Amino acid sequence: MSTAAVELAGPASALAPDGGRRTGGTKRRPTTQLWPALGMLAPAAIGFAVFYLYPTLRGIYLSLTEYNILGSPVFVGLQNYVDLAQDEVFWNAVRVTLLYVVLNIGFQTVLAVGLAVLMHRLTKSVLVRGSLLLPYLIANVVVALLWYWMLDYNIGIVNAVIDAVGLPKVAFFGDEAWTIPTIAAINTWRHLGYTALLVFAGLQMIPRSVYEAAAVDGAGEWRTFWRITLPLLRPVLALVLVITVTGAFQVFDTVAVTTSGGPGNASRVLQLYIYEQAFARGHFGYASAMSVVLFLILAGAAFAQMRLLRAGESDLS
Amino acid sequence: MGAQSLAQRLARITWGRVIAWIVLWSFILATVLPFYWMLRTALSDNQALAAQSFSLLPADFTLGPFERVFGLATPEEALAEGGSGASLSFWLYLRNSLIVSTAVTVGQVLFCSMAAYAFSRLRWPGRDAWFAVFLGALLVPPIFTALPNFLTVKSVGLLNTLPGIMLPSLFMTPFAIFFMRQFFLGIPREIDEAAMIDGARPWRIFFRIILPISAAPVTTLGILTFISSWNDYFWPLLVGQTEESKVLTVALGIFRSQTPQGAPDWAGLMAASLVAALPIVILYAVFGRRVINSIGFSGIK
Repeated sequence: MSTAAVELAGPASALAPDGGRRTGGTKRRPTTQLWPALGMLAPAAIGFAVFYLYPTLRGIYLSLTEYNILGSPVFVGLQNYVDLAQDEVFWNAVRVTLLYVVLNIGFQTVLAVGLAVLMHRLTKSVLVRGSLLLPYLIANVVVALLWYWMLDYNIGIVNAVIDAVGLPKVAFFGDEAWTIPTIAAINTWRHLGYTALLVFAGLQMIPRSVYEAAAVDGAGEWRTFWRITLPLLRPVLALVLVITVTGAFQVFDTVAVTTSGGPGNASRVLQLYIYEQAFARGHFGYASAMSVVLFLILAGAAFAQMRLLRAGESDLS
Repeated sequence: MGAQSLAQRLARITWGRVIAWIVLWSFILATVLPFYWMLRTALSDNQALAAQSFSLLPADFTLGPFERVFGLATPEEALAEGGSGASLSFWLYLRNSLIVSTAVTVGQVLFCSMAAYAFSRLRWPGRDAWFAVFLGALLVPPIFTALPNFLTVKSVGLLNTLPGIMLPSLFMTPFAIFFMRQFFLGIPREIDEAAMIDGARPWRIFFRIILPISAAPVTTLGILTFISSWNDYFWPLLVGQTEESKVLTVALGIFRSQTPQGAPDWAGLMAASLVAALPIVILYAVFGRRVINSIGFSGIK
């Protein structure tokens, strides 16, 4: 994920009109403050136009061209997409990325909900939350290197332990079957605290009265979790999933630092393949077409999750 | 809680709670111990690591790895401890990271606060619609804009320069505008109106009143921006490849592939990683509570 923390709001509240507006006693219509507003917006507007809007449009256009960085783009229609459909490495990248997303999000979400519930029931300690969040604040590159060392086949601590208990050592980054699960596990480790804190924030929005009522009815911890906590957490979980899944699809740093896509193509995830096509081979048009596809996958995944988990509705009220 | 008697507290201790605490502590240990391992390795003699892979203490304690990182060790000393003889311009990368992250933080926080002010407290036609358009940028994944942005930076001749690394995030991110706007919306209207009656103009109100009373969210946003800029890898990798323009993350990513065949300099690598993470750890130690509290849902009912 590109931002260190994401604060969320439903679309409705994000776009809500000025909450603090008061008419007071004055009846006169306020004069428009267009000019100062334009001045204040100018730097952000330049940034938006030059580095968000224009590249979005240009990316779509480039995906319809053949463009190696030296010449100028030649319009080729949908040719890049036709080529993509026949590119075995691309389909492999899609599969590998999906496997990563499923493993990473699966473990991470289940563990985070468990961890959040534990924190919610046991402690409000900032120190506990603080230490759990720490890995998320450390650079992907540093985290990847740390685990690359700990999971080293020859002298890493993890294999030393595995060896000591009499099991065969594991080539975490060298065995095709292990690379993606390993990278998914590393990033689960990095994102777990952050995800748990998001869920924890959601838990705090569930009114105490609901739990008190459940306790009066004699519901145990287990039953309370399945019948009350989880259903009431659903809208929050939907948003947490959208954030984490979107981030997971763009996995790059960890792979680039550890396996560089190998062994073979076993960890060549989509963003790494896009990077290689663009910068190692100079196929900018082709790489742009892949980014469009990744963009569509992300949009589709986010939309599907919001629908499936009915994120807009709450069971409270 | 504090008023509870010891007996009451003991009565609440059940097996379930004990197990729950054990599980929570295992999570905490699993989170923190790898960092200890990083420190332990960074204080080890690289040659001795293989023989003492189990030892919880540094293998043949030495500050050598840090000396190698900061270029204080001679090539002979470095080789003797299993480092590569190659020098790493660590100070340069550290300086680059500091310049980029500081500039991005100052620019983004200032410009996004200004924009958020226009989007929340000034009245002008189409304001909320334009805000929605800006917020739409949240939906565009970074990879999608990265390739065209690379071409833009290249075409203005800023490839492999620090400004080239800063530019795309120097002016705005949708999140930063959203974050500041949420806070500005909560400031009572009377404050601007009183100043307006006194004849103050919007710019003056923004810099003299609104910004100072927003010190807390500005600090939080600044920390978050600094951390994400410091940790960024993909974009600087695209536009900062030369020695003069490499930031720490990029240098670290390449450091690994530069290690000679056979045994990599794990101790040196961990020392470098540790130093690269240190500014964030210090920031976190000082401002941790703000960072932790910023993670939540401000708008969901």
